[in-house]
Amino acid sequence: MAYVLLNKLETCERSCPWVDFRMSEEIIKMGIIKAKDVVYEYVRRDEDGNIEGMTTAVDKVSLDIEQGQFIAILGHNGSGKSTLAKHINAILNPTSGTVWVDGMDTNDEEKVWDIRQTAGMVFQNPDNQIIGQVVEEDVGFGPENMGIPTKEIWERVEESLRAVGMYQYRKHSPNKLSGGQKQRVSIAGVLAMHPKCIVLDEPTAMLDPSGRKEVIRAVRGLNDVEGVTVILITHYMEEIVHANKVFVMDRGKIAMEGTPREIFSRVEELQALRLDVPQVTLLAHELKKNGIDLPDGILTIKELVDALNP
Amino acid sequence: MSITLEHVNYIYGADTSLSVKALNDICLEIPDGQFVGVIGHTGSGKSTLMQHLNGLLKASDGHIYFNGEDIYDKNFDMKKLRSKVGLVFQYPEHQLFEMDVFSDVCFGPKNLGLEKAEVERRAKEALEQVGLPEELYFQSPFELSGGQKRRAAIAGVLAMQPEVLILDEPTAGLDPKGRDEILEQIKKLQTGSGMTILLVSHSMEDVAEYVDRIIVMNKGSVLYDDEPKEVFSHYKELEEIGLAAPQVTYIVNALHEKGLPVSTDATTIAEAARDILQALKEREKC
Amino acid sequence: MLRDITLGQYYQAESIIHKLDPRVKLGGTLLFIVSLFFFENYLGYVISALFLALVIKLSKVPFKFMVRGMRSILMLLLITVVFNLFLTPGTPLVSLWKLTITVEGLNLALTMAIRLVLLIIGSSIMTLTTTPNNLTDGMEKMMRPLRVFKVPVHEVAMMMSIALRFIPILLEETDKIMKAQIARGADFESGNLINRAKAMVPLLVPLFISAFRRANDLAMAMEARCYRGGDGRTKMKPLVYRKRDYLAYAVIAVYLIVSITIGRIVWF
Repeated sequence: MAYVLLNKLETCERSCPWVDFRMSEEIIKMGIIKAKDVVYEYVRRDEDGNIEGMTTAVDKVSLDIEQGQFIAILGHNGSGKSTLAKHINAILNPTSGTVWVDGMDTNDEEKVWDIRQTAGMVFQNPDNQIIGQVVEEDVGFGPENMGIPTKEIWERVEESLRAVGMYQYRKHSPNKLSGGQKQRVSIAGVLAMHPKCIVLDEPTAMLDPSGRKEVIRAVRGLNDVEGVTVILITHYMEEIVHANKVFVMDRGKIAMEGTPREIFSRVEELQALRLDVPQVTLLAHELKKNGIDLPDGILTIKELVDALNP
Repeated sequence: MSITLEHVNYIYGADTSLSVKALNDICLEIPDGQFVGVIGHTGSGKSTLMQHLNGLLKASDGHIYFNGEDIYDKNFDMKKLRSKVGLVFQYPEHQLFEMDVFSDVCFGPKNLGLEKAEVERRAKEALEQVGLPEELYFQSPFELSGGQKRRAAIAGVLAMQPEVLILDEPTAGLDPKGRDEILEQIKKLQTGSGMTILLVSHSMEDVAEYVDRIIVMNKGSVLYDDEPKEVFSHYKELEEIGLAAPQVTYIVNALHEKGLPVSTDATTIAEAARDILQALKEREKC
Repeated sequence: MLRDITLGQYYQAESIIHKLDPRVKLGGTLLFIVSLFFFENYLGYVISALFLALVIKLSKVPFKFMVRGMRSILMLLLITVVFNLFLTPGTPLVSLWKLTITVEGLNLALTMAIRLVLLIIGSSIMTLTTTPNNLTDGMEKMMRPLRVFKVPVHEVAMMMSIALRFIPILLEETDKIMKAQIARGADFESGNLINRAKAMVPLLVPLFISAFRRANDLAMAMEARCYRGGDGRTKMKPLVYRKRDYLAYAVIAVYLIVSITIGRIVWF
């Protein structure tokens, strides 16, 4: 596919050499989500509607995410991580710069619905994103909007609910479910649209620890089993241990990026960014400061115990 | 001076077919000046229990004594109890309503029928106690950040000058730094003014560092009621009911099992680091 | 407490009435109610009552649930009866002090009471056997012809179903806000009307802010799931008439013919 397009481009380029095609080539070669120099500004107004000033929520962010990866975006409240996430689903459009979702420019108004189908989004508050009054009807909402035939909607609903382990609750009212279960229903609702990528905007912020675990388990399942690209936005460090790559945001910029291990070995930097690290990493860091010889970025209890008992 | 609960039961929806026993024979004593963590997962009855302490819910049977007085006595002044036992709910959005933060904080003391000067004095003091910067006093409470809203809400209750302060999940939704800051501020209230504090949470890790005592609620009953290290020593049982001890408990226990002579009492990272260093030194000596 | 209020008093059971298409039930209820106003003698009401009894039997909903629906209109029922009983002019039957009960009054009061009771029981069978969203679906489809007159049928139905989903959530939230303000010494119960209205401000402001926030979040979530109005949408549970639905229509038709014919025959 990409090859054919490249060939076509070449022919085009030959026939119309005055057009700059470099950008287009870049589109074809890139991953599922790509952001280039994305800036998002909004105007602050006082009570009378006068402009008080501009706030830059996202400041020149560039990312490239490959199909099938598990990506985590960390940051304290107000770091711009949620604003960035909303660009991936074309809910927000960049003030300058470009976001491509599977090669589609999010500024292209005609592509909006294709983009939203490709990159699904799960939000923070489980109550405010469930539309249906019965679990299965909610999961069917996306496919209904897409105009999928009835029979296929039922198939998609069943497979999505099974994927998040909520099939036995399909006839329940969402009001009777726990927070973790509601979020799993929301994930199933997005999954039923057969997206290539799911963006989860702090899906666990309002849940208790067991609800958080449930949701993260479901999200990991999507990535491992279904091969869906996952972009998880969170400020809970335990949740990102399994990510392929972590971006840490601060004041609208990407402040750190790397594997979880690389990120967690920089304890002081994280703390300066209003974040913390898992207790085990922090303890290892403390011990290291006191002269104990330990490797950097310990992530699990087992690693620490093994390192201390050679 | 204290709160005493004697055999408190609460049946939710008693007159319907769907009645649920939300609290089951709770007996507790909370002395003055203590910092208590109340832990339990959603639906364990912890919030229901807290709402009994200031009379928002009335026990189906059993007695609650505040400073020796039965709060279910006919002559007991419930309004006074509510000012003495302050309850801050989980979402600050549920209580902030005024045009500016300062007026909002004045709402509580105004309801107590105090004079304007006294109301304002108390509001100012409360805002100082929670560490909200002065330039925010006359801003709309809806424009504050999550952590600031939380502070404004706590101040709104503190301004009534309660003897006991109950906080329901005061750190929910805050980022790690915001969480630590709020907890520090609450700790200061206890050490500074000797207030009794009950902190409701579902995270052991968050409260371990601050509290003197932990009450673990499960299915409407008190499962454990002890100092943190004793409660955490039941980490296997805690896991069965969907709770977990802090990670450090698991670390020191794992090390102990592997033969490192480390104490398993540590509840905080600082304690664990100290104990492990000591154990490592001892091992080297041998 | 507030959260105990459940909207739409659906009663879960497996019955033929539950399985009927909501359009049949909506239409049937409407026709049933209309029929009540055609009778000129009591025999018509007897047939109506028998018909209702049959439907109740088939629906497997315990009768006490119907009675529960009656409780809310008891006052209305009493007022209707009393007014009709005493204020209808005609042939005097009994005279008590200054009040006179007439034969016409007695007749009218009785008819009105019977009509009201049958009407309430009839419509509660519909709501007891149909889930609210099923009902919304039925209304949407029945009102579809109105789209010709630019009536936003789909939007109205969507709004209703969202309202049904959020009302319990907002009721629970109201309860929480009330408690939070009571904990700060607010008093919602005592004082005169003006004071009480004033006391509602600390309740209403957070509630409205929260409702707007939820609406905003929900709109975003719906858009993110490709919602763009009713056009081009397919249905997960399309309404399709089955054999039993046609049969039900036939039964309703028979009922109408029989009850109205008998109910209007003069010599009874």
